[in-house]
Amino acid sequence: MEISQDEVLHVARLARLELTDEEVERFGGQLSAILEAVSKVSELDLAGVPPTAHPLEVANAWDEDEPHECLTVDEALRNAPDREDGHFRTPPA
Amino acid sequence: MIDTLRLTAEEANGLLERREVSSSELFAAYRAAIDERDGELHCYLRLCDGEGGDGIPIALKDVISTQGVHTTAGSKILESYVPVFDATVAAKCKARGLRLLGKTNTDEFAMGSSSENSAFGPSRNPWDPSRVPGGSGGGSAAAVSAGLAPWALGSDTGGSIKQPAALCGIVGLRPTYGTVSRYGIVAFASSLDQVGPTTKTVRDCALLYSIIAGRDECDSTTVELPEHVELPNEDGLRGLRVGVPKELNKAEGIEPGVAAAVEAAIAQLEELGAEVGECALPLSVEFGMPCYYLIAPAEASSNLARYDGVRYGYRADAEERLEMYERTRNEGFGDEPKRRIMVGTYALSAGYYDAYYGQAQKVRTVIKREHDALFETFDALVSPTSPTVAFPLGARTADPIAMYLSDLLTIPSCMAGLPGLSIPCGLSEGLPVGLQLVGPQFAENTLFRIGHALEQALGFDPVPERLRA
Repeated sequence: MEISQDEVLHVARLARLELTDEEVERFGGQLSAILEAVSKVSELDLAGVPPTAHPLEVANAWDEDEPHECLTVDEALRNAPDREDGHFRTPPA
Repeated sequence: MIDTLRLTAEEANGLLERREVSSSELFAAYRAAIDERDGELHCYLRLCDGEGGDGIPIALKDVISTQGVHTTAGSKILESYVPVFDATVAAKCKARGLRLLGKTNTDEFAMGSSSENSAFGPSRNPWDPSRVPGGSGGGSAAAVSAGLAPWALGSDTGGSIKQPAALCGIVGLRPTYGTVSRYGIVAFASSLDQVGPTTKTVRDCALLYSIIAGRDECDSTTVELPEHVELPNEDGLRGLRVGVPKELNKAEGIEPGVAAAVEAAIAQLEELGAEVGECALPLSVEFGMPCYYLIAPAEASSNLARYDGVRYGYRADAEERLEMYERTRNEGFGDEPKRRIMVGTYALSAGYYDAYYGQAQKVRTVIKREHDALFETFDALVSPTSPTVAFPLGARTADPIAMYLSDLLTIPSCMAGLPGLSIPCGLSEGLPVGLQLVGPQFAENTLFRIGHALEQALGFDPVPERLRA
């Protein structure tokens, strides 16, 4: 299973991940090998088998709709790389 | 003189209760051991000042949020991150008076089996510093093994507690999914991640599990334990049935010395009165790895989307926002998170979802059913924890798939949400061999009972030979 450079770049773009030319080359080969290995799951005919998303059989957990104490704005922003007037600040879109 | 290499958490608690030492003296003894040995072993990413109460110390893997104390998950992208709240497990430890010794090294975002993927350099195995301590929780396991903490917490997605415990010759428990809160844990693969203890003895393991387990209103996937945690006391195993799945015990790649140590321990189980029988997991072992390496990266690619340079962590310089996201993630993440983000994004992308992620979720059902069927006959399953003893640093870093095979034997039960206990069962080539016990969901007490009886019978000395006085 060979993943083309274009596919590597497409996936990286979906993942919002810039890659250097060296990384595109290196990861391309490794991704091909990994995807080849995991493609083994397609060997099984699992028509009619339900998927498992969660290993425990638990129902929805409900909570009363009551206000709790929560982080202050200052706490929520404390780790932000940049902020202004109680907001996160980023470069322009 | 407090011998931190030998002292168990239970014994340390006894010293405190009898007022033979103070909490501060205990803390100072571990700090002295850290000063002496952590330069070589690099178990800790950061030392703490004993936040908590007046009890015995504990170390926490650096994926566990600690209020006011850096929590990096072994990643450059979180190098500057200081949580404003405690993870529930950290809060529970503090509420019981446990004092925070420090934050231990981990593969970046807990992705790895050697701790070599840490952005801050690898930890080393106390039995042989030229070898890895396992991973991702290599720092916690090596710290307990080398007497740099009486016990520690780790997190396990596909083997990150059990495998390093095996490679360092200590005890590690991956609890039943849902029994321990994940609130405040840096997320990797949410349907698999579990927090659990690494300790010197099975009784310490049960004690620490009893401190951290239970429903948490901050984590809606948690449940109440159906029964109290019991500290194991019995030496006999009469009435217990232990299965030996041949695929987990005869898998390609299991070293002869590992197989021999585990076989000897299985013979010991029979002498202790357990009924031992062969059984099979034909699909779980063969398809566990590919299933895991689809589901875990898929969930990781989603969980790691939050690291975008906006709310916390590293931000790269850029003129424009999209460029900022992409560059931040390129500069902030190391190779292994990048690989898993790419694999996961690919497996979830349009046109591939059903063939990869959807199919892997069905395989997960098959794995769960195969295990459930065995537990109609057996109380627990036994096998090696890791196919090999600790391997040299650098031996598997160039080949991701070789590294992934380190978790071949721990992954299947993780996929099924089952508890697994690793205990040391002997040496091969002078290095510890881990034995894995897997039980049905919520069967921790059974695993503790078997593990304790076997531990007493085997008499393994968990202090690394080179550090013995």
